[in-house]
Amino acid sequence: MRYLTKLVPSVALALSTAIVCHQAVAETAYVSNEKDDTLSIIDLDTLEVTDTIAVGERPRGIIFSHDKTRLYICASDSDTVQVMDLKNNRIIAQLPSGEDPEQFALHPDDRRLYIANENDAVVTVVDVTTQEVISQIDVGVEPEGMAVSPDGKWALATSETTNMVHWIDTETHEVVDNTLVDQRPRHIEFNKEGTTVWASSEIGGTVSIIDVASRQISHKLHFKIKGVHPDKIQPVGIKLTDDGKYAFVALGPANHVAVVDAKTYEILDYLLVGRRVWHMEFNTDQSRLLTTNGISGDVSVIDLDRMKVIKSIKVGRYPWGIRIKP
Amino acid sequence: MRTLKSLSWILAGSIFSLYALAAPQEIRIGYIAYHPHQGPVLSNLIPEPEDRGFSGAQLGLKDNNTTGRFLKQHYTLTSELAASPEQVNQIAQRWLGDGLRLLITDLPEKQLIELNQLASPYGAILFNAGSYADELRTRECLANTLHTLPSRAMLTDALGQWSNARRLQRWLLIKGSQPGDIAYADALKRTAKRFGLKIVAEKTWSFDTDLRRTAQRELPLFTQTDEYDLVVIADEQGDFGEYVLYNTWYPRPVAGTQGLTPVAWHRVVEQWGAAQLQSRFEDQFKRWMNSKDYAAWAAIRTIGEAVTQTKSSDAETLFNFINSDKFQLAAFKGRKLNYRSWSGQLRQPIPLVQPRSLVAQPPLEGFLHPVTDLDTLGFDQPESSCKVTYASH
Repeated sequence: MRYLTKLVPSVALALSTAIVCHQAVAETAYVSNEKDDTLSIIDLDTLEVTDTIAVGERPRGIIFSHDKTRLYICASDSDTVQVMDLKNNRIIAQLPSGEDPEQFALHPDDRRLYIANENDAVVTVVDVTTQEVISQIDVGVEPEGMAVSPDGKWALATSETTNMVHWIDTETHEVVDNTLVDQRPRHIEFNKEGTTVWASSEIGGTVSIIDVASRQISHKLHFKIKGVHPDKIQPVGIKLTDDGKYAFVALGPANHVAVVDAKTYEILDYLLVGRRVWHMEFNTDQSRLLTTNGISGDVSVIDLDRMKVIKSIKVGRYPWGIRIKP
Repeated sequence: MRTLKSLSWILAGSIFSLYALAAPQEIRIGYIAYHPHQGPVLSNLIPEPEDRGFSGAQLGLKDNNTTGRFLKQHYTLTSELAASPEQVNQIAQRWLGDGLRLLITDLPEKQLIELNQLASPYGAILFNAGSYADELRTRECLANTLHTLPSRAMLTDALGQWSNARRLQRWLLIKGSQPGDIAYADALKRTAKRFGLKIVAEKTWSFDTDLRRTAQRELPLFTQTDEYDLVVIADEQGDFGEYVLYNTWYPRPVAGTQGLTPVAWHRVVEQWGAAQLQSRFEDQFKRWMNSKDYAAWAAIRTIGEAVTQTKSSDAETLFNFINSDKFQLAAFKGRKLNYRSWSGQLRQPIPLVQPRSLVAQPPLEGFLHPVTDLDTLGFDQPESSCKVTYASH
């Protein structure tokens, strides 16, 4: 059913703009390889790596500008955020990022980039247009996950050793509240409406679902996979479908992705992927989910209509972040 | 810019306390070490850093305070290096009289036991971040005491698991004659029995030649015994052990206190976010973080977690929480850590390292345990007569 509804608009689109559509069909995935200092580029039609591009040292988090013409790359060991022009895949700028940038989030204004500086216990806010640092905000030890609420009011950072979600008011750039979560929070993700936020705790082995209005934890997900030691179930990446039906949680060295009913919080399934799965991304129509598997050095492709892993694609060493461009 | 930022923070903080809007919770911690002179050793090329342990404690304190400022907690650390056992007691007496109830120690076994007797009436908690002694985890149970440093048995069991998994089943054991060497050799013998390994020969190093010049001549003959797969060494001070490598009769790997070494921590541990802890440490102290630093860091972080979770700084509340199954610590070893309730020992994976790489990090897959595979390392509950509790009298 999901397949059908997606098909109708794309047929209409194909008829009206046949030529443009031909190009648009070939979606492209960008994968950062932490230990190779490269990005792998994957053609989503053929599911093959078409190019490998040298970037700064220890590339981790990557995100697009809103119009998807530029890719921002956290080059952690180069202490910079690089800006890549996606027309020719060239690095066109290096943003002042603070030390050891790991993850970041772009404000809905397409200008303010919130960067977690893992070594410095600060969040750096950079204006990508003027390329200037607007603010540095003290947060907990080893900030990692970053997310900006869809309405732009909140910038959230998780700190791995402080075990908190820090609530930064984007007007004042001050931490106004903190929510304690389980050990070693990693990734954080708002739902589409911006009413809840999901935070994974890698060592705690849980995902906390936090109500944005009260900033309190409303639910906590626990995972259990037969034959896998509970300590190896270490949630990191989280993705939520736009239709509000599913959440996917990457479980690190458990080598599985959990499929969660995003309404009832029931765990529906565990999908076996590559080794040490951390981050994930949907393709444009959300019929596929791609995962980065650090230890096996590959990307697993999950078909979401069938909830099956259909392919794994060899990339560089320790793939970390992934983004997909239509 | 960063300096300015921190300055303004301090200012904001002091204004806060001036107006006493919410007085921060004060948590005072003492760190005390005594490093007895170990006697001369042959391989004295690379000395132990003077600030071992101290720097780990300082880093832990910084981590706690970064967290604490969001929770209105403030941690302070007083550190002292005692020149004699008597001084250890004098310093501790002063601190205890002054109301300090959280003590981290890097002391030999004997001084730790003495300090425990001194501190017990005050109900103070001791963290052992300095003694590897197995007795402290099996027979000589100390009330109110937790161990963040692994025991010798945990170290040698990690080596035993690796040796077993690699089918290196015949060991040649060479030991020194210091008390620590004999204790380490005893731990190796227990490990061999546990993991089905055979000690084909046990030799004590007693030569008084300078091995730096004559190792090539002395050691091949010294190690000419029944055939072995692995040479295990018990030489905690590094008197002769460094010279065994590449000089054995049979060309075999060397492990134990030299060669492939089981440790609490080493620079080569970099997975599971450890790279961040390592770089924080190196930035601040300009050297590599070692096992004693890690044990002190883990003790301070344990206090931080317990204060955060219990919202208390009362020693009894903290001890009972730390020594319960509710406690968990993320400590860069790939899984959550907690304490063995009977012995107060921090459960932890043990890195097996060589100078520039991590070889393995037991517990290895396949070594099973009904409760947690971390308890395949060291003395398990049935093997220990300890039942550590909180006491104040």
